[in-house]
Amino acid sequence: MPDNHPQAQIYDSHSGGERPIKVAARDVCVEYNGKQALNHVSIDIPDRSVTAFIGPSGCGKSTFLRCLNRMNDTIEGARVTGSLKIDGREVNDRAVDPVVLRASVGMVFQKPNPFPKSIYDNVAYGPRIHGLALSKNALDGIVETALRKAGLWEEVSDRLADPGTSLSGGQQQRLVIARAIAINPEVILMDEPCSALDPIATAKIEELIDELRENYCIIIVTHSMQQAARVSQKTAFFHMGNLVEFGPTEDIFTNPRDPRTQDYITGRFG
Amino acid sequence: MTDTPDTTSIRDAVNQHLARRYRAETRFQLAGLSAVAAAVGILAVLLGSIIAQGLPAFTVHQLVLPVQLNAELVDREGDGSEASLRRGSYSRVLQEAIRAEFPDVSARRDLRNLFGLYTPLNSTRLMDEVLARPELVGTTHTFRMPIADDLDLYLKGRLVEDRTLDTAGALTAQAGEDGVLVQSSEPDFAGLSADITDLVNAEARLLETRAEQARLRSEDLTGTEREDALFEAGRLAADAADMRARAATQDGWLVLNADLPSILVEANGTTLRLTELSSDGRRARAETLLGEAEIDAREDWTLYVVDTPESRRRVSDQAIVWTRALSDRGRISHDFNTYLFANADSREPELAGVKGALYGSILTMLITVALSVPVGVFTALYLEEYAPKNRFTDLIEVNINNLAAVPSIVFGLLGLAVFINAFGLPRSAPLVGGLVLSLMTLPTVIIATRAALKAVPASIRQAALAVGASKTQTVFHHVLPLAAPGILTGSIIGLAQALGETAPLLMIGMVAFIADAPTLGLEGLTQPATVMPVQIFLWSDGAERAFEARTAAAILVLLALMIGFNGLAIYLRRRFERRW
Ligand SMILES: Nc1ncnc2c1ncn2[C@@H]1O[C@H](COP(=O)(O)OP(=O)(O)OP(=O)(O)O)[C@@H](O)[C@H]1O
Ligand SMILES: [Mg+2]
Repeated sequence: MPDNHPQAQIYDSHSGGERPIKVAARDVCVEYNGKQALNHVSIDIPDRSVTAFIGPSGCGKSTFLRCLNRMNDTIEGARVTGSLKIDGREVNDRAVDPVVLRASVGMVFQKPNPFPKSIYDNVAYGPRIHGLALSKNALDGIVETALRKAGLWEEVSDRLADPGTSLSGGQQQRLVIARAIAINPEVILMDEPCSALDPIATAKIEELIDELRENYCIIIVTHSMQQAARVSQKTAFFHMGNLVEFGPTEDIFTNPRDPRTQDYITGRFG
Repeated sequence: MTDTPDTTSIRDAVNQHLARRYRAETRFQLAGLSAVAAAVGILAVLLGSIIAQGLPAFTVHQLVLPVQLNAELVDREGDGSEASLRRGSYSRVLQEAIRAEFPDVSARRDLRNLFGLYTPLNSTRLMDEVLARPELVGTTHTFRMPIADDLDLYLKGRLVEDRTLDTAGALTAQAGEDGVLVQSSEPDFAGLSADITDLVNAEARLLETRAEQARLRSEDLTGTEREDALFEAGRLAADAADMRARAATQDGWLVLNADLPSILVEANGTTLRLTELSSDGRRARAETLLGEAEIDAREDWTLYVVDTPESRRRVSDQAIVWTRALSDRGRISHDFNTYLFANADSREPELAGVKGALYGSILTMLITVALSVPVGVFTALYLEEYAPKNRFTDLIEVNINNLAAVPSIVFGLLGLAVFINAFGLPRSAPLVGGLVLSLMTLPTVIIATRAALKAVPASIRQAALAVGASKTQTVFHHVLPLAAPGILTGSIIGLAQALGETAPLLMIGMVAFIADAPTLGLEGLTQPATVMPVQIFLWSDGAERAFEARTAAAILVLLALMIGFNGLAIYLRRRFERRW
């Protein structure tokens, strides 16, 4: 696992504001059993920032997210074309091992899905299978760091052996985020991570996303305009498989260029 | 809250239906409850009757006899070597021991009956004891052996109807010309002669009714049929007249025979069987079955009546008398039936046990578990997780589902053709039985495993894949452990079915009479064996009545085995579930 992109840091300090491109998609199309779900999407997603995907239900947000860690491979009948590069490396290449890819592109799902194992084992699972820790101590350290980053350490440090499923929904979602960041990915994909949470838990997750932004490239799908406005620096609006508009979050919300974006954020459809 | 006319009408409609809905719910609950009650009731009756039938088989009456292990009988060569001890005449030793109990018995026929108190197979057991402890030669050894199965049933009160009557008078008996004359100072025999007269008269009435019926039938018939019926009526009427004549005492004496209850007089080690009863109720004629005929004015004596006539039971009065005498002398002990567990099958029910079948079942099940569970689970894993979905895999799936519905005897035929005829594996062997049962169990295991794998939520697979687990890691770290309880349940159901299976094993010769238990080890896999359900099947067919109880006992053992098996499954389930 490469360390957290030192070269990006250097680049960042020279670039005065505009961050380097982490993910570059060109003409990405996806079809499920011949049915087009994503239509020639081209987008450049910057590193160390939060990018929000918004759009009406079924417009292909999750589909695009799944392209980034090749989870579409696991769906029968899914076919992905086009070019998708992370750090300049082609993702859709046959030579790329999805296992290696997913180690650097973490994913958090809409519904918290902890393994039915202990809290500790949930977080330690990734590092274990990738052989990231050489000793028990090192593993303990990784687990603690991940849980701290996810803002869960204080709540669970004395009950690491409890099953992960015994936590509350919000805690579970943070546990799942800890699990994703324990293997030190470069990109974190979040598919509606707060849709099942109450405002307080949501606030905690948003806070967490804000902190994680320092080190990771975060892409978040959300149905909440407010959330997109609060956490993201850039926003992409999808509609019926097309990327309609992409730009700084402020611009999208205050000054949308496309009438469809305008309609969506003012609540006229979707 | 505003009630528009619309909402009121909706509420009315709901209220109208409410009562009906509640009624439907109550009906449904009642139906469910009664179904459960019926199931529990049937189960209770079933279990109750099996337990009531089987419990007596768990105990056995044993003869405890001092046997003289004379060197000249037992140690033919006189050197105490095994070969010499093996040639010893142990049946003679046993015969001597039982003759010592009843020295008066001398007639050939009586002796044969006396030796029938135990099965001759016991001499082999005595030899085994001597072989194990050669120092016994020359000593008097206390030997325990099960009493003959019918007498065991008699002692358990399951063979005949009998009663013991109290007596009031003093008893005197004298041997005379026409048998022993028995006299009591009080009319102690009066009640008995009334009973027996009633019995004979009832029998006569029955014959008369049948004669009358035959006569009436003849009126509707013609030709030879009519003649036959009339003849029958005449014969029955003659029999009835005979009966009446018997009930009418001859010179004041009522004659007893083997078709009437046996009346035994027991006093001071003597047992007399009454042959004639006097109408005065005080005198009787008798024959001696045990001990001295002379009795002089004894106060303590009993009348023992066996209501089941001798001609309609499997044990003679003489055998009963001997057994009661042995029991009085403390030569019979009522023990837990160790033979039932320590022995394999035997022609003699008192020595027959389930050990052979139990070992056979264990060996067979070991093969079945070792083959069907791993093969089944991995097949299901491959089909469910790895195999592409296409025509070919669809075909395989349909075939597996069909296999689960194939009658089990077909698997037996397959086993006969493939394993025995083509591969040349031995007949009656647990190895072949296990192979056949594995074939039968495989579809069940595969289907159960696939269902369990399907039930694992997709979110768990996604979670594992998303942190970079490979397909195989996902399956083995997450999916399989989560599916384990379901897989276990399915497998256990399949295996329990296999444990109770008889039909396919008949085809491969596991139905033979096998008197030696297979060894619990690798070599036991190819030794001839049978299994519990087949043993039950064999015993249920057994001619001796004692096999009835043993059949029920074997069913109880099999049930216990099944309950143990299911208990293990529940325990494993709990353990797996707690881990997650
Ligand atoms: N596994 C699948 N198989 C077939 N079609 C699918 C599958 N997943 C998604 N689709 C189709 O692809 C299209 C885009 O779905 P996607 O899940 O990406 O929408 P979304 O933008 O995430 O919607 P939502 O906001 O409701 O989650 C939809 O029309 C959907 O029907
Ligand atoms: Mg979605």
